[in-house]
Amino acid sequence: MTDARPYKKPLPRVDEESRGYWEALARHELYFQRCRDCGMARFYPRAVCPSCLSSATEWVRASGRGTVYSFTVTQQNQTAGFREELPYVLAMVELEEGPRLVTNVIGCTPGDVRIGMRVEIVFEDVTAEITLPKFRPA
Amino acid sequence: MSIWGNTAVVGAWEHPTRFAPHMTPFQIHAESARGALADAGLTIRDVDGFFTSGVGPIGLLSLCQHLDLRPDHVDSTSIGGSSFVSHCLHAAAAIAAGLCKVALVTYGSTAASERFAVGTAGLVMGEPPDQFEAPFGPTVVGSYAMVAQRHMHEYGTTGAELAEIAVTMRRHAGLNPHAKYREPITVEDVLASRVISSPLHLLDCCVISDGGGALVLTSAERARDLARRPVLILGGAEAVRHLGVGRHDLLDIAARQCGPLALARAGVRHDDIDCCMVYDSYTITVLVTLEALGFCKPGEGGAFCAGGRIGLGGALPVNTDGGGLSSNHPGMRGIFLVIEAVRQLRGDGGQAQVADAKLALVHGTGGMLGQRHSGVTMILGGVR
Repeated sequence: MTDARPYKKPLPRVDEESRGYWEALARHELYFQRCRDCGMARFYPRAVCPSCLSSATEWVRASGRGTVYSFTVTQQNQTAGFREELPYVLAMVELEEGPRLVTNVIGCTPGDVRIGMRVEIVFEDVTAEITLPKFRPA
Repeated sequence: MSIWGNTAVVGAWEHPTRFAPHMTPFQIHAESARGALADAGLTIRDVDGFFTSGVGPIGLLSLCQHLDLRPDHVDSTSIGGSSFVSHCLHAAAAIAAGLCKVALVTYGSTAASERFAVGTAGLVMGEPPDQFEAPFGPTVVGSYAMVAQRHMHEYGTTGAELAEIAVTMRRHAGLNPHAKYREPITVEDVLASRVISSPLHLLDCCVISDGGGALVLTSAERARDLARRPVLILGGAEAVRHLGVGRHDLLDIAARQCGPLALARAGVRHDDIDCCMVYDSYTITVLVTLEALGFCKPGEGGAFCAGGRIGLGGALPVNTDGGGLSSNHPGMRGIFLVIEAVRQLRGDGGQAQVADAKLALVHGTGGMLGQRHSGVTMILGGVR
C-alpha cells in the first residue's frame, strides 16, 4: 500500500559530484569512492581526492554491513517531517570497509541502540528519485 | 612588529539585555559599540578597522551603513560562535601589520525574542556535505550529543560528571546580576530534566537569550594612553575539524590543534593559566575542550571538572560569568568569552573575581562539534 502523505523531510540536493552515488542508491546499491592514484577510500563522494588531488576515481560497492560508531536518540527537532517522528536515532555507522556515514538506525526501539552494535543497510525509497541509506540491527 | 604582546583589548562591553523584543540586532550592535568605545575612552570616529559576524553574507556592509563606518580594514570571518575570538586574532594581526589602528568588534542578536530554536531547529540544505546529513535529521545538539555518547563509550564518562559542569556554571551565574538563570541547581536537577538528544538533558544545553557585546583593540603602545588598563593578546591560533573522508575520530576536536599552538605562541604553560573562558554550548563541550586543550589527559575530563575544580576557588575557574549554560547565549557566544576574560584580567570581576588573575585562556568553538567545527584559542594577559 502506498503512503499518500507527502514527504516533508529535507531531500538531498543532488549535484554533479554526487549524482552517481544517489543514482546507485535508487538501485539499492551503496557505493563509496577510492582514489585510483593514492588508494585512499573516501565518503562522501566528491570529484577530487583530498589526499592527492587526483581526479582518477573508482566507485567501490559497500556490503551494507557495519557497526554503530556513535548515535543520539533525538527527542527534539523542530523541522517538519522529523518533529512528527520523535524520538528517532541519528547515528554514525562505520561500514565494514572503513568509511563512516551519518544515517538513522531504524527497526528497533531507540533505547536499544548501542555503540558497536552490528547493523545492516535498509534502502528507504522516500521519493521516486531518492533512496536514503538507513540501517537496522543485523 | 610581532602580533603577540604588541596589541591589546582596550575596550569591552557586554550588553546587559537577555530578552529584547523591543530591539533589533543592529541596535544591539550599535549600543554595544557605544559601550565598548566609552569603556576605552575612544569615539566611533577613531575606528578604522571593523569586525563582525552573524549578520548575513554581506551583512558587514549593512552594519557599516547602520554605524556610518568607513573603515580601512574589515573582516567578517564566519566560522560559527567562535568567530568573534577569531576577529580578535585577526584584528591583532591587522594592527600589528599596520592595516588599521583601532579595531571594533561587535555582536548583536535577538535569537530569543525571535523564538529561534538555536540547537534544535534542524539543518537546512545549504553546502554540499549537507545532502549526506540533513535527510537524517541532525540538529546542533544532536551533533554534540554524538560526541558525548562516544566519550562515554570510550572512557566511561557519566551523565553526572557532565551535569556537574552545568551546576558549576549556574553557581557562577548566581554571582552575575545579568545572568538569565541564577537559581542554584543540583546534579539531580540536571539528570531529571528532560532529554533533548541523548545523553544530553535540557540543563546540559546552553540557554537561548538575546544579547550582544563589543570589543575595541589597538596597539599596546597606544593602549598606554587610554582609559583602561590594557589586556594584551599574547598568543592565539585557529583550527578546523570535520568528518573529512569519513574516518574522523569524533574526540579529535579542533582545540587539540589550536590550543597547544596558542600556548606555545604566547610562551606560557597550562600551569600559568589563572582562568579559562571556554565555549559551553553544552556541558560536553567544556569537558572535551579542556581535555583537548591539554589541561588534562583524554578521558580525564570528567574527573577534572568534578569537585568544583572548574569553579571559583577551584584549580582552574572556568566561565566565571555563568557561561552559555546559565548567563547568555544569543546563538554565537564567542565575544562574551573575551569580555569575561578581560573583566577578570582587569580585576573587575567583583564577587566572581579570580584572585590575582594575570593570564586567561579563551577558547571558542563554532559550528557542530560532531560534524564541522572551528576552534579558536587566545591567550590574554593583564597588565598591573
